Amino acid sequence: MYKYDQYDQQIVDTRVEEFRDQVKRRLAGQITEDQFKPLRLMNGLYLQLHAYMLRVAIPYGTLDSRQMRMLAHIARKYDRDYGHFTTRQNLQFNWIKLEDAPDILAELATVEMHAIQTSGNCIRNISSDQYAGAAADEVTDPRVWAELLRQWSTFHPEFTYLPRKFKIAVIGADEDRAAMRLHDIGIQMVRRDGELGGKIFVGGGMGRTPMISHEIRDFVGSDDLLSYLEACLRVYNRYGRRDNIYKARIKILLHEIGPDEYRRQVEEEFVAVKALGLDPPKAEFDRITAFFADPGFEPEAPEAIDRSDPDFALWVDQNTAAHKQPGYAIVTISLKPTGGIPGDATSAQIDLMADLGERYSFDELRVTHAQNIVLPHVRKADLYTIWQQLDAAGLAPANLDLISDIIACPGLDYCSLANARSIPLAQKITERFADPARQRDIGELKLKISGCINACGHHHAGHIGILGVDKKGVENYQLSLGGSGAEDVSLAKITGPGFDEDGVVDAVEKVTEVYLAQREGGERFLDTYRRIGMEPFKEALYG
Amino acid sequence: MDKPLTVAPAQAGAAALDADRQPQGGPGLRRGDATFDEPAVTLDAFLDAQTNATAVRLEAGDDARALLPYLDRIALIEVSFPSFRDGRGYSSARILREAGYTGELRAQGDVLVDQMPLMQRCGFDSFAPESEIDPATLEASLKRYENVYQKAADGRVPIWALRHG
Repeated sequence: MYKYDQYDQQIVDTRVEEFRDQVKRRLAGQITEDQFKPLRLMNGLYLQLHAYMLRVAIPYGTLDSRQMRMLAHIARKYDRDYGHFTTRQNLQFNWIKLEDAPDILAELATVEMHAIQTSGNCIRNISSDQYAGAAADEVTDPRVWAELLRQWSTFHPEFTYLPRKFKIAVIGADEDRAAMRLHDIGIQMVRRDGELGGKIFVGGGMGRTPMISHEIRDFVGSDDLLSYLEACLRVYNRYGRRDNIYKARIKILLHEIGPDEYRRQVEEEFVAVKALGLDPPKAEFDRITAFFADPGFEPEAPEAIDRSDPDFALWVDQNTAAHKQPGYAIVTISLKPTGGIPGDATSAQIDLMADLGERYSFDELRVTHAQNIVLPHVRKADLYTIWQQLDAAGLAPANLDLISDIIACPGLDYCSLANARSIPLAQKITERFADPARQRDIGELKLKISGCINACGHHHAGHIGILGVDKKGVENYQLSLGGSGAEDVSLAKITGPGFDEDGVVDAVEKVTEVYLAQREGGERFLDTYRRIGMEPFKEALYG
Repeated sequence: MDKPLTVAPAQAGAAALDADRQPQGGPGLRRGDATFDEPAVTLDAFLDAQTNATAVRLEAGDDARALLPYLDRIALIEVSFPSFRDGRGYSSARILREAGYTGELRAQGDVLVDQMPLMQRCGFDSFAPESEIDPATLEASLKRYENVYQKAADGRVPIWALRHG
C-alpha cells in the first residue's frame, strides 16, 4: 500500500499546525462559529446533537495495522472506546471535544493519517473497491488512480469551495463493489489496446434527488486524468447553483443542461486545460504503482480448507471471496452482529482486527462502503484460526450481503440532520431475522436505512430501502424496493404509505415472504422483484 | 478597509515550470503597495460602452471569458465574493490568469484569511476583504504550506515535479 514520503508527511503535519491555530482563534473568539464552521468541516469536525464528531479519512478504504491500532487508541483516549466505520470507507468518532481535536490530528499524523476534506463542499475522500488488488475479476488496481486523485484533490485551490460536496469513486473491475455509478464522478478503469485508462461517469448521487451517473467519456488515459477532471470540476464550479443547497450537486447541473451539453463544455475546457501541463509525468504514475505491487504471496499455497467445523464452513461460504492468487481468499469481517449497531467496533475489536491483518494479511486491511472490514490477502490455510479469533470477539457473523448485513446511517441517535432513528430499527430487523438458516434461505438481500432524506444510509440503492421521516412529530418509515448500487445499478421505488417502527419490521418480513413464494430458480430478491414488479409486494403490504 | 492588501505577484498564467522562479519559503506579504484605485465598472458596462475603462468588476455569476479579448488593456479585475461559501471566483481567477492576464486581480467581499492562500494560488494578487484581517495571521497563513500538490496559477512547483526533478 501507499507510504508517505517527506512531502506527504509535511503536508499532513502542516495541516495539524494550521488546524491548531484555527481552533485557537475560535476558542479565543477571533472568529465566529459561522466562519469557523467551513474550516472545521474541511477537517472532518461536525457539531452533532450531543458532541463534536470527527471523521477520519481512510483513503480508498485501505489501511495497515499501525493505522488501525491508532484508531483504537484514539477511541480509548479521547472517545468512548468505540468507533463507527462509515459508508464512505471512513471512521467516525462520536464524542470528541473541540479542544482535543488538534491533538487527535497530531496523533493521526504520526501514522500517515488525517481528517482532511472528510467534510465540507470540497472533493471528499476518494473511495474504491474494497477488494482492490486482490479480486479475481480485476483489470487493474484502482488505488493507483485513487492515490493520484487523493494528492490532486488535497487543498485543491480552485475546488475547495464548490457548490456542494463532491464524491469520487474509482473501480477496476466489471463488478461494482463501490456504488461507483452513484457518485458525483465515478471512474471505471479499463484497458484499451493495451493502454490503461478510465471510463468517466458524472452526475450520480443519492440524497433527496437520487440519480444514476451518465457516461461522459469512454476513455481517458493516465496522462490526461488530472486535466480531464479539472475540466469536469471547473464546468461544475462555474455553473453549479449556489442559490439552493438542495439543487447544488453536479447531478442537478447535468439534469438541467443535459449530459451532451455538459460533455461539450468539458471537452472544450479540457482542450484549454490540457495545454497547462497539470498532469504529472509517467514517472509519478509508476512511483505510485510500485506501492501497490502484489505482496509476497506464497507460491502454491494449499487450496484445501478443513470444513469439519460446520459453523466455520458456513462463515467461509458466506464471508470469503475469490482471490486472484491460488491458495488465498478475501475475508470480510462483518460488523453486523444481531442486535448490534452497523459499522461500530470497540477499541478491543479494532485492535484484534489490526493484529489479524498484520499477521495473516500482509499488514493490510480495508473498510467497505457497507461498513464492514476486509482482510484482503489471507492464506486459505489460515482461515480457521482467523475465524476462531474473530468468533471469540463477536466478529464472526456469517452474514455478508444477507438481510442482517444492514447499512444504516447514525440517524437521530447522533445526527442533527436526522428525522428518525436508524440504529434501533436496524437492531430490530436483525433480531427479527436472527435465525441464520432463515437468512441464508432468503439469500442476498441488501437492506439499507437512512434516517433522513439526505440518504447517508444509501436507501435508494437498497434491494430493500428504508427512509425515516418525521410525520407530524412521529417517526415514520417509508419502504422502497428494487434499488442496487452494484453494476446492475438502479434506484429503489417507494411501496406506498409509510409505517411506524414496528410496522416497518413487519413490512420487511412480508416483502421477504412474497419473494420466497414467488422466486424461481436461483433468483435473488432483486431478480424476483425485477421480474414480477411492485404489485405483488404492494398487495401483500396494503391489500 | 482603506487600501486593498496586495501580496507578492503571482506568476501570471501557468507557464512552463521553472524551479528558479519558485518563491522561496512561500510568498511574502507586502501591504500598502500601490494598487489600482480607479472605480471598476460592471462587466455589462465594460462590454457595452465604456470600453475605455481599465478596471472591471466581475460578479460571482459573471463569465470571466467575456473579458478574454480585452485583457491586454485592463489594469484591474475585481472579483466579487458575495459569501465566503461562493467559490465561483476561484475559477474566474484561474481562467483569467491562464489566458495570460497580468494585471491586478483583486478578491473583494466576504474573503476570509484562511481562504487567501487558495485565492493566491488561483492568481489573485490583491485582496479587499469586507472584515478586518489580522496581518500576522495572514502572513502566517500565506507562508504556511511549503509545498503544494497541484500546479495552479501561481507558478509554484507541484510536489510531483519536485519528486521527479
